[in-house]
Amino acid sequence: MAPILEVRNLTHVYSAGTPFEHRAVDDMSFSVQRGEFIGIIGHTGSGKSTLMQHLNGLLKPTSGQVLLDGVDIHSDKKFTRQARFRVGLVFQYPEYQLFEETVYKDIAFGPKNMGLKAEEIDRRVREAAKLVGLTDAQLEVSPFDLSGGQKRRVAIAGVIAMEPEVLILDEPTAGLDPASRAGILENIETYRKTKNATIMMVSHSMNDVARLTERLLVLSGSKLAMDGTPAQVFTRADELLDMGLDIPDVTRVFLRLKQLGLPLEPVYTIEQAVAAVKKLKEGK
Amino acid sequence: MSAIKVEKLAYSYVGLEQGQSVKVFEDLDLEIEQGTFVAILGSNGSGKSTLAKHFNAILLPGGGKCHVYGMDTADEELLIPIRRSVGMVFQNPDNQIVANVVEEDVAFAPENLGVASPMIRHRVDNALKQVGMYHYRTHAPHLLSGGQKQRIAIAGVIAMEPRCIVLDEPTAMLDPKGRREVMETVARLNKEKGITVVLITHHMDEAAKADRVVVIHKGVVRADGRPKEVFSDIDYMHELGLAAPETVELCHELNKLGYALPLDLLESEDCAQALYNALGGN
Amino acid sequence: MLKDITLGQYFPGDSYIHRLDPRTKLLMVVVYIVALFMASNWLAYGLVALFLAACIKISMIPLKAITRGMKPVLVIVVFTGVLNLFFTPGTHEIVNIFGFSLTWEAVERAVQMILRIMLLITGTFLLTYTTSPIALTDGLERLLDPLKAIKFPVHELSMMMCIALRFIPTLIEETDKIMSAQKARGADFESGSLMDRAKALIPILVPLFISAFRRADELATAMECRCYQGGEGRTKLKQLHYTQLDFTAYAIGAVLILGVLAAGRIG
Repeated sequence: MAPILEVRNLTHVYSAGTPFEHRAVDDMSFSVQRGEFIGIIGHTGSGKSTLMQHLNGLLKPTSGQVLLDGVDIHSDKKFTRQARFRVGLVFQYPEYQLFEETVYKDIAFGPKNMGLKAEEIDRRVREAAKLVGLTDAQLEVSPFDLSGGQKRRVAIAGVIAMEPEVLILDEPTAGLDPASRAGILENIETYRKTKNATIMMVSHSMNDVARLTERLLVLSGSKLAMDGTPAQVFTRADELLDMGLDIPDVTRVFLRLKQLGLPLEPVYTIEQAVAAVKKLKEGK
Repeated sequence: MSAIKVEKLAYSYVGLEQGQSVKVFEDLDLEIEQGTFVAILGSNGSGKSTLAKHFNAILLPGGGKCHVYGMDTADEELLIPIRRSVGMVFQNPDNQIVANVVEEDVAFAPENLGVASPMIRHRVDNALKQVGMYHYRTHAPHLLSGGQKQRIAIAGVIAMEPRCIVLDEPTAMLDPKGRREVMETVARLNKEKGITVVLITHHMDEAAKADRVVVIHKGVVRADGRPKEVFSDIDYMHELGLAAPETVELCHELNKLGYALPLDLLESEDCAQALYNALGGN
Repeated sequence: MLKDITLGQYFPGDSYIHRLDPRTKLLMVVVYIVALFMASNWLAYGLVALFLAACIKISMIPLKAITRGMKPVLVIVVFTGVLNLFFTPGTHEIVNIFGFSLTWEAVERAVQMILRIMLLITGTFLLTYTTSPIALTDGLERLLDPLKAIKFPVHELSMMMCIALRFIPTLIEETDKIMSAQKARGADFESGSLMDRAKALIPILVPLFISAFRRADELATAMECRCYQGGEGRTKLKQLHYTQLDFTAYAIGAVLILGVLAAGRIG
């Protein structure tokens, strides 16, 4: 199947030709299939945000290409604008971008800009709000009267209401407690399932990406350093630590067990760990 | 000796609607010993940040008392001695750095305290060395990484030579490397300098590094003890919207298969050893 | 992109000019401007230009940086030049274009005006290039110190300048981020009527203001936590000291003024 997104030799240089010249993305290539859940990990300044902003055409590559459904995002202006809606981007701390008088209006901002009909906008706003667990009553209040966690949900709903085929999120759970974290991650997974959407999630939580994603892109020093399943990536523990990243604690425990001589394959979630122990027990 | 002593603390703030008042605490008691490393856990809105702001008189009790090294925080005369004894570091490093040169920022507190110039130099250099940022003293803070900025913020507090540092989710905005840098710095200040550390966090693995964990839920202390004790009651933690470190969660799940692993293994090495023994590896 | 704007024009260095006390540099700029405006003939202009050239040479600031700084003000320079060219009365007509007479006096005056503006701008640039913003506010605070006697909030003013300088890059970054985020939701800032464009700014301005207030609030708390109580009893990490260098500078400044005065007599 043709990939929904394809990144070819993408390079982006900021402030080219000045003493502040900075190569934020350096020759990255990868492709993304429809329905994939991809985790993006990398230290601060590894190029994650710059990469993300190329995937919906906000930034123009210095060289290289980004293809959406086989077409270059910057091939013509109309298509670039469409790409904004087809590839939804949720920035870090998105609650700081809320501005409307009511939650309803704020969520409707994106769909309105798409030029949709009033009924369609209404349907999308209500659907998105429901998906992230906002009540009808909450739609009518000012977003600034909500708690931090709820504001975050409103902001995410604002992008989901555009019903993008690809949803990209930059640290959607930063600064939240474990229960709110789990709630938001569940919403994202629900969106993926109901719309067969592609998800790309930047996260500093190795446990989260390990549990949710099927594939990891590891960015380091503006380059794509690794691209593989969590199992493949997390077995390279030493390299990850050198890059300023981490591995899930479960993986660490199991790597140690293997070192001690137990015939265990590397795991990266608790479920897998339990399954692996079960298998070992039954095998005996 | 107790560094912080909160007795029957009550606090409420004015809500959004007219005349409405939102209670955060009604009757909270907490004592923190000098030299200890205490983590405060709680879900969003549990009141932990509000509590922390009482520790250096940013907020004053609506009822009850808060004493800091024997000083009543409600006594206005003692404001400066209280604030220089208990330093405070916040979540967003960008919003607590005042100057656009690292050393000038670290000098801010001693300048406010009227310390003589040569002594300020000494304190600034010392503070920057303690957080491992001496090399960056003439840099512009906005060009540093999150972890580095947060260490500058810590140095800015250290320069007051406080006896206690309160950190309110200092790692929430940082990447794993930044988190490690900050946690190592904090642990070192506690171990080597004997500074009391109060760490408010959402990260269970950070809390696991403390001497003591206090769990606050809806304005009430719901658990208080050594990390091993607190985290081993894993169902209770889940009930409070929290979690346990992954190693404990793992042992907990495996016990459902019939193992009897202890639920107080916070280090992956300990956990691996226990699992190794349980799985009949030896 | 907003990020491309280079802020903070300070070029760190260790030249004689860099090492001057910021107060000296501020006062010398005043002296320099006075000299420039007293200049009434070519000889005087030559003296001032020579003085500036020497300062640039000593400061070791690359000439390219100085000429680059001129770019944004080029329009004003050309405009004043043209204005003076046609509106200066004179008797020695060179040529007459559509009733406007161009005279030798006008040409001389236009060239002098252009020279004056360029010398003025370059001179002040040299100050910001060789003095860190913090040293500049520090120097200003000290120079304005006597005004405290008439209850002028000198410390508050310099603290405000210092914090503004610190937060400009942060707020620019923030604006950039909010713009990108709203663009990602389909906001369009580039097309439509003037009214449409003004309206399109609301999704940027509202979050920006809210964020600025939140930052201000958090910063105020953080400053209180670090025992800030206003300017009363504050000390400084770096104390300003006059050295031999500063006295030399003042002497040179006096010579410059006298030179320009003398040149006026001769010419």
